[in-house]
Amino acid sequence: MADIKVAAYICKGCGLGERLDTDALVKIAQKDGKVPMAKTHDFLCSADGVAMIRNDIANDGVTHIMIGACSRRAKTEAFYFPENAVARANLREGVIWIRPDTEEARETTQDMAEDYIRMGCAEVKAMAAPSGNPNTGSSKTLLVVGGGVTGMTTAIEASRTGYPVVLVEKTGELGGMAGKLWKRIPVHEPFKSPADTGVADLVSQVMADSNIKVYLNATVAKTDGAPGRFVVQIATESGATHTEDIGAIVQASGFTPYDINKLPELGGGQSPNVVDQLGLEALAKAAAAGDGVIRRPSDNQPVKSVVFVQCAGQRDPSGTHLAYCSGFCCNASIKQAMYFKDANPDVDTTIIYTDLRTPGNGEDFYRSAQEKGVIFTKGKVSGVRPNGNGSTVTFHDLILDDANATIADVDLVVLATGQVPNSGVDIFAAPKEPVEGEVEVKPISILNLNYRQGPDVPQLKQGFTDSHFICFPYETRRTGIYTAGPVRRPMDIAQAREDATGAALKAIQALENAELGRAAHPRSGDLSFPKVRLEGCTQCKRCTVECPFGAIDEDEKRFPVFNESRCRRCGTCMGACPVRVISFENYSVNTVGAQVKAVDIPDEFSEKPRILILACENDAYPALDMAGMNHNEYSAFVRVIPIRCLGSVNTIWVTDALNAGYDGVMMMGCKHGDEYQCHFVKGSELGRVRMSKIDDTLKTLNLESERVRDLEVAITDIERVPEMINKYVEELVAIGPSPFKGF
Amino acid sequence: MSANTAMAEKYRNNFLKEIEEQVEMGDWVKMCMQCGVCSGSCPTNFQSAWEHPPQELFMMIRAGKREEVLTTTSMWNCTSCYNCIVRCPRKLPITHIMHGIAEYAHRLGVAPKMQPTRFFSGLFWKNATKTGRVNELKLSMGLYFKDGFGAGVKEGMKMKDVALGLMKAKRLNPFEILGGHKCKDQKGIQAMLKKAYEIERSRKTAKMAG
Repeated sequence: MADIKVAAYICKGCGLGERLDTDALVKIAQKDGKVPMAKTHDFLCSADGVAMIRNDIANDGVTHIMIGACSRRAKTEAFYFPENAVARANLREGVIWIRPDTEEARETTQDMAEDYIRMGCAEVKAMAAPSGNPNTGSSKTLLVVGGGVTGMTTAIEASRTGYPVVLVEKTGELGGMAGKLWKRIPVHEPFKSPADTGVADLVSQVMADSNIKVYLNATVAKTDGAPGRFVVQIATESGATHTEDIGAIVQASGFTPYDINKLPELGGGQSPNVVDQLGLEALAKAAAAGDGVIRRPSDNQPVKSVVFVQCAGQRDPSGTHLAYCSGFCCNASIKQAMYFKDANPDVDTTIIYTDLRTPGNGEDFYRSAQEKGVIFTKGKVSGVRPNGNGSTVTFHDLILDDANATIADVDLVVLATGQVPNSGVDIFAAPKEPVEGEVEVKPISILNLNYRQGPDVPQLKQGFTDSHFICFPYETRRTGIYTAGPVRRPMDIAQAREDATGAALKAIQALENAELGRAAHPRSGDLSFPKVRLEGCTQCKRCTVECPFGAIDEDEKRFPVFNESRCRRCGTCMGACPVRVISFENYSVNTVGAQVKAVDIPDEFSEKPRILILACENDAYPALDMAGMNHNEYSAFVRVIPIRCLGSVNTIWVTDALNAGYDGVMMMGCKHGDEYQCHFVKGSELGRVRMSKIDDTLKTLNLESERVRDLEVAITDIERVPEMINKYVEELVAIGPSPFKGF
Repeated sequence: MSANTAMAEKYRNNFLKEIEEQVEMGDWVKMCMQCGVCSGSCPTNFQSAWEHPPQELFMMIRAGKREEVLTTTSMWNCTSCYNCIVRCPRKLPITHIMHGIAEYAHRLGVAPKMQPTRFFSGLFWKNATKTGRVNELKLSMGLYFKDGFGAGVKEGMKMKDVALGLMKAKRLNPFEILGGHKCKDQKGIQAMLKKAYEIERSRKTAKMAG
């Protein structure tokens, strides 16, 4: 930090030169920003402008660059100086585009630009060019856990891309659930009949691939390390343990069908003639091996009539059974009804459904089944009563509104139960009170992660693994570990294969990034990583507990140990740290704090309030930028500072701002909760929990609680954000100026 | 044994198959996906005018509710506007199926006797085939007296102003009551109709026996 040389460049293009007094901005940079080397350029992002900056770096020893031009989200390729610390003052989207081009607005617009120059200069001085994470690993091997369709597809795709794969399968053979099917739902034209599962082909591809190492009858005994340098111990049936160096992991542990014994009212477990879909597949396979006639299990007579009960133990609002729709079962029942109709059109096949959901090209498949004579009845099944070799199905016919509709003498009843994910241990589950006389069944961990936070990846709802379902569907909350297939959400074979391909590519991206010491999504390519000043650490453990990605362990002296490769650079640890010893080279308590302090606060008589906006760089800041692009005007009294996540906000910034005489602080972050949109999963939630305590701070400062406002902003709120800002400014004007001005 | 019990016996427990084989375009019934667009599009089906709208009839057929389907007045309400056919996402010829079921119920002799559409159809056919020309005076009077003499007189009095107006405009000739105008070749018409009946009867008998 000893010899830094800062230079400020102010662009006059895109109307900046006409709307702003750029000469005054240069003077501000020199006087207030204390940057002697400040220049303007007519068109800074042009080859000529960039050459000017490069020349200064090469010949004048410039190390820190402040660019006053467009938003930091624009022209990133032109203004790419990886060796230098770079700050951007957003004069275009943040100032001239959101202000009216009128004579009376000129003064406040200029004020705004000047403050952003001051903030940029202050920020860049507190920064350092990120040097990259030295603690990297270079293993390029992919571990795939699970040998079903998803796992095998992941392995094949990764291998074809040139990466070695280790595949671990719990059972003695590859194929998983799909291997137990007789046929699958068609995925090619004309979508009219059940098709070959393709599992045998996948298995032979995997076995023939020298790049794929398969462990059968094996489980993951222990997973240590971080992306690029995982060390995984694989326990095999013989008791032997194999150690593999792994770069990234794809967990494809699949699903288990919902237990039909939990559905006695639907005949589950009451008769061998009531089976689940997998049970029927077994019967169909047995039939195919024999004379092709599906027989009822109780007496081996050919099945003459069969009823399929959709949503068995699914979409249950009472909470007893699965609450969700598994999405594949309607198509699967249609397929199974065709097993009968294709062999013998005289077999009565009835599918009783409440809503028939046939994703993909299932509509054609559905129509084909109707053509083949499968009867579809809209109704809700209330009971299945097995009686000897037959069963009676009673249901509420929803079209004819007949509550006591029945189908008697049914040879076989097939319950379409849903998918229950095999997601291992729920690390957030509250410990269960032991019930006397009941044997506690402990869930078996799948990955056995040697992480402080628990042995498996976190789950969201219903036991499915957590992922940002809109933006990053495969990414779990453990960097370098991806989930794919039904463990992530219910799905069929076609969707699982798509999932597997996506996850394979994501895992490859992660291990490549890990070798280069760079962050994975969403800050992909970021070279900064959290640094901690351990001598100041009080071992409070907030960082290790709050890190949404389980990146921080504890050493034997109970100090935090940062696993940089597991880190996603959200800064939640930095926001959490009460003694503020955690920082990034280019983002720290100081870089933001210096900006907060750099703003010029006019006195209370000037009628120019100042409002600080801390805007999440993933959603709120782009929304503000886009508001600028659409010229949606907002108040000139706000000063926006982009932050990595609401979770990285340290309360000291808010306290500092209020102490400095700001009239209000707006925090803009993503939605949190079960339907969260936070790119760092828990960041916005944690940030909000911390901010909920800000009322105490306000009270000690004798300030109104309205001075701090927490807002949920989505990237689409292009119209709403300016409205929110303007409304808040009006409210603050009504409250009156902050009493802290001028101190 | 009546035609109705004979057919019921023949298709025991499989009304859908009976409809598929006996009703014109009946093989489309299984393709209905119960979206209800037909019922929502039907201009005569507001205020629950139809006891069982089309998609419900299809479901009843699949559920084997033979008696209820064949004796209902519902499909007789169809005015052949073709809205349902145009809108059906599964391209079912619903109008034709409605007429097909109505015709089949009529054929079996179980259709509701005094349902106005059915009554009028019979009246019209008899009227038109008698001479080869429609006798409008007799046709409308026949409809007035459908429910007995008293009701007929009452209905006639209600419509007398319209009738007088028509007479004034020379659109209605009261002397038509004596027989009215007719086709020239009466013999030819009757011979043609006889042949048509023969063809129709043999086709249907074969169908019902087959």
